[in-house]
Amino acid sequence: MKKVYVNEQWCLGCHLCEYYCAFANSGQEDMVAALKDQPIFPRIQIEEGDGVNFAVNCRHCDDPLCVKSCITGALQIHDGVITVDPDQCVGCYTCILTCPYGAVMPAADGRVVQKCELCLQNTCGEPACVKGCPNRAIVYEER
Amino acid sequence: MKRKKVTRYVIIGNSAAAVGCVEGIRLADSKGSITLIASEPHHTYSRPLISYLLYGKTDEQRMKYRPDDFYMKNGVTALLGKTAVGIDPKSKKVLLDDGQTVEYDKLLVATGSSPFVPSIEGLDQVEQKTSFMTLDDARWLEHMVDADTRVLILGAGLIGLKCAEGLSATTAQITVVDLADRVLPSILDQAGGAMMKEHLERNQIPCILSDSVVKFEQNRAVLKSGRAIPFDVLVTAVGVRPNIQLVQQAGGEVRRGIVTDRVCRTSLPDVYAAGDCAESLDVTTGQEKVLALLPNAYMQGECAGIHMAGGEKPYDKAIPMNAIGFFGLHLLTAGSYDGDELVEQGEGFYKKLIVKDGMLNGFILIGNVKRAGIYTALIRNRTPLSEVDFALLKDHPQLMAYSKAKRKELLGGVRA
Repeated sequence: MKKVYVNEQWCLGCHLCEYYCAFANSGQEDMVAALKDQPIFPRIQIEEGDGVNFAVNCRHCDDPLCVKSCITGALQIHDGVITVDPDQCVGCYTCILTCPYGAVMPAADGRVVQKCELCLQNTCGEPACVKGCPNRAIVYEER
Repeated sequence: MKRKKVTRYVIIGNSAAAVGCVEGIRLADSKGSITLIASEPHHTYSRPLISYLLYGKTDEQRMKYRPDDFYMKNGVTALLGKTAVGIDPKSKKVLLDDGQTVEYDKLLVATGSSPFVPSIEGLDQVEQKTSFMTLDDARWLEHMVDADTRVLILGAGLIGLKCAEGLSATTAQITVVDLADRVLPSILDQAGGAMMKEHLERNQIPCILSDSVVKFEQNRAVLKSGRAIPFDVLVTAVGVRPNIQLVQQAGGEVRRGIVTDRVCRTSLPDVYAAGDCAESLDVTTGQEKVLALLPNAYMQGECAGIHMAGGEKPYDKAIPMNAIGFFGLHLLTAGSYDGDELVEQGEGFYKKLIVKDGMLNGFILIGNVKRAGIYTALIRNRTPLSEVDFALLKDHPQLMAYSKAKRKELLGGVRA
């Protein structure tokens, strides 16, 4: 299955992926209106270190602890893609407790969780982080 | 050609462990017949959601742990509203309360636990009382409690406090009493307990601690301290007992819970056990104990199912862990608390990391719970802290703490 991968030697730590992600999942059509002077809630996050930067998002694990631990059944696997149904989620954060990558996070209002769904559910249709990465450090491919 | 005999799987139970077992069996065997037996007449539902139901954050449809077509899609014959009353391991049969018997080739016992009702003078005279374990308990409370109802909850553990939060949407007259000196005593230390208690009390849930009810005078509870609390509805949430009777009576090995091995087998041939009725090995203490947590139940059930169907996937990384929140304040804990402590506390957050034998052994996080699973993974995987940059981790959970090679394995899709 195609997944999002980050080549950390190319990652500039520019955080553009976070903005593209937040915009793609904002449901809005205008990027400025969606992002300017707003706290953003991206599903991909940059880790910055001493000369090393990389982006982290959901690995869509084959044996996902988040799905198995989900107390409601909101986290599901569909054709290998792990999604969260915000209607069923009660925001207990068990998935935040169990995801070894720290790749599930509270959504904007904290009442439910969110995670990378590869932009398959939003209008972008393909991972926005990949499309927007200026250094092609983030790729969407089979490995 | 002789047709291969179809395996008959039987599951007693209908919650997380049972569902995990169904999904585990179907990973390895699409043909075998699955019969599921449960006392409760309901479609599988998420038990922890009964407090969210009271709070109005979910409803009975969304509480369903799996979709309506779950049994059909997985070829499960669900005998709901029927109680298994005996197991005959010799003839490999389960006896039901209506006299019917169900034959099995492989059996999972996922009978959960039952509320422990304390023996307190006058308790039997209290008319309006319940425990808080089932959908029917929640429905009863929904029916009984209105804005004028005074509710007394015995027990400031996970169940009692979630019940209090749930009911707070309806009534402001709730009192919680616990013998322990802090709230959530099974998962919190003194400082964390004090923080949660303050938060609960700010949200109109007074908690009376280090005290207990010595007697009930109908609608009045008299405490050891001499204090008296009038109430209309009583909820008892002082603890649970694993339902081990079926396996015990059939001659299987039990302690507090049903004894199981690494693939969830009991000592009875072809009988497995999973969930709140069964013990598993807590890798943070090396002790066999009942880890009554939904994720544990699911994963034990799945492990049992896979093994029942002839597959192999041991469940050998069980740890205690809890995610719980009250009125927007989240609390995540994992592992056990024996070891050297690193504590950080500030406005609205509390963090304690416990290090033992060169490994992260446990943590308590209140308020700031971001990316906590990175800590949990270190505990589950028994990662030596010498292999990670612990100075970074102490600050906050991050994958930067792993070596470049390990990160490549974790993030790069490269298998080790």
